[in-house]
Amino acid sequence: MDRDRIETVSLRWLRRLVIAGFLVVTLLPFWYMLVLSVRPIERLLLEPGSLWVPFGELTVATYAEVLKSVSDGGQGFLTFIRNSGLVALAATALTLVIAIPGAYAVSRLRFFGRRQVSALFLAVYLFPSIVIAIPLFVVFTRAGLRGSLTGLVLVYISQTLPVSVYMLKNYFETIPISLEESAAIDGAGRLGIIRRVSLPLAAPSVMAVALYDFMIAWNEYLFALLFLVDRPDRWTVSLGLSLLADGVEVPKTVLMAGSVILTLPIVVLFFAGERLLTEGLTSGAEKG
Amino acid sequence: MTTTAPEAGRSPAPERPRRPGRRPLTLRRRESRAGLALVTPTLLVVVAVIGIPIVWTVVLAFQRVRLATLRKTGLFGELTLDNIDRVLHTPGFADTLWTTVLYSVGGTAGSIVVGLAAALAVRGPFRGRTLVRASMLLPYVAPVVAMTFVWQVMLDPQLGIVNDWGKRFLGWDQPVPFLSQESTALWTVIAFEAWRYFPFAFLFLLARLQAVPGELEEAARVDGATPTQRFRHILLPQLMPVIALIGVLRFIMTFNKFDDVYLLTGGAAGTEVVSVRVYQFLTARTDIGAAAAQAVVLAVVLLVFVAIYLRFFGARREA
Repeated sequence: MDRDRIETVSLRWLRRLVIAGFLVVTLLPFWYMLVLSVRPIERLLLEPGSLWVPFGELTVATYAEVLKSVSDGGQGFLTFIRNSGLVALAATALTLVIAIPGAYAVSRLRFFGRRQVSALFLAVYLFPSIVIAIPLFVVFTRAGLRGSLTGLVLVYISQTLPVSVYMLKNYFETIPISLEESAAIDGAGRLGIIRRVSLPLAAPSVMAVALYDFMIAWNEYLFALLFLVDRPDRWTVSLGLSLLADGVEVPKTVLMAGSVILTLPIVVLFFAGERLLTEGLTSGAEKG
Repeated sequence: MTTTAPEAGRSPAPERPRRPGRRPLTLRRRESRAGLALVTPTLLVVVAVIGIPIVWTVVLAFQRVRLATLRKTGLFGELTLDNIDRVLHTPGFADTLWTTVLYSVGGTAGSIVVGLAAALAVRGPFRGRTLVRASMLLPYVAPVVAMTFVWQVMLDPQLGIVNDWGKRFLGWDQPVPFLSQESTALWTVIAFEAWRYFPFAFLFLLARLQAVPGELEEAARVDGATPTQRFRHILLPQLMPVIALIGVLRFIMTFNKFDDVYLLTGGAAGTEVVSVRVYQFLTARTDIGAAAAQAVVLAVVLLVFVAIYLRFFGARREA
């Protein structure tokens, strides 16, 4: 056997091994989370190395406890879900309303400072959020906005805008300009063109951006921690889980149920829109 | 705002009576106005929530401010170099900066190497490829709080699966407190970083790999290049620009990272990075001036690194 043959055969096997290894490493923590969330804590302490639920051990009491309100002896995750959902939906909707015209302008219209806008966004995207957090913490403390979900929505909009505009802009640029021109000849104004021509054509991209914005807002931690920590009734799911996990009172299995509740919406949304999202984010990357 | 539209100089003819405001706008100027109008909301939000705070942080870094005295200090209070001086000479700050560099370099390199291996493995077609690819992206999209919590429990000395298996199958005598002892904490955090962010590198490298023309590899194979030689001499050079770009992006993001370290260790056991330290100064000590000064140092160090990198990278590109 020559070197080429040896390498080809061994690499074929290595490749299968690597793929299997990657699947284990990426999926195991998720599986572990799921398994722990349906086991009673006493069983976990006796048998910490188990990766499946022995028959008869299965329980959903953990979920009941984590969801029940604090006054009913639970951890109040229903309230957290409501807060997270409200914040994420509001941030997503408002980001789209602001980003769509902005992205359209950057992709289609020649105006003063157009080229600088993209550079500004890249800089904003890469700037340390802790730097922005300090004055916002100060301002919100002073204005009494700490503990308000509105302030948080505002911050999330600013955090998701750069990537949203970038993704939408890339998509608008692929729409043939002649379509817009013929609409203009038919008497459509600028906003009419965006609403009737560009936006329907960009629907997949708008969906992808909406998914991205929602996931960022749902997952966010630092600003929620800075603004909401004193107000347990306003906690988001992320914040609630991390703060409860700091203590020792709540059993780990109950918190695992909380993590499943936190993770599940994101995983479902991601698998639903996976193709849209990856294409939206990497478009243009293959050019080098 | 003045417009730079070239039409301003050409129109109108001198003898024509000027009727300011009545002259219809040229298409070009209308376009320019529409563009500015449409982009204004975006700019307003970005400037108000990000631009102004950045400038303000810089100002705060040169003021003596604590949360308690906040009401008395105006935006343009007395300026002082105290904070910067204090921060640079506080014991621990140099260590924190060094930890941040180690963490960023380790996390970046780890995620790129792992991501490259994943991209090469998933490159060719096989059954279930779409599903495998999507699963590999999960660590990146899942909420950071849930992922750090699962890792914490998995690595827990009492009820974690890692220590249980380590004792049962690898013959460890003692459970290893991965996240609370100095010798392992930073490495564990770096490993988490590589695990959570390899999908980012994977995604972009896979997109680039798919765009490498098949003829190149085909030709090399006809010439007798083995698979590893084809990788080394055909694929890798094609991937280098993307790897370099991912490297900068990931380095910057890891350098700024707060969530992952704070949630995993809280900055204990030699894992305190600058972001976490800034947070401690801001909330626990309510020393806003010092927090701002450290944040500014963080941003400046980052800028210097990126400038150096771009210089090298830019020079290589020309050659």
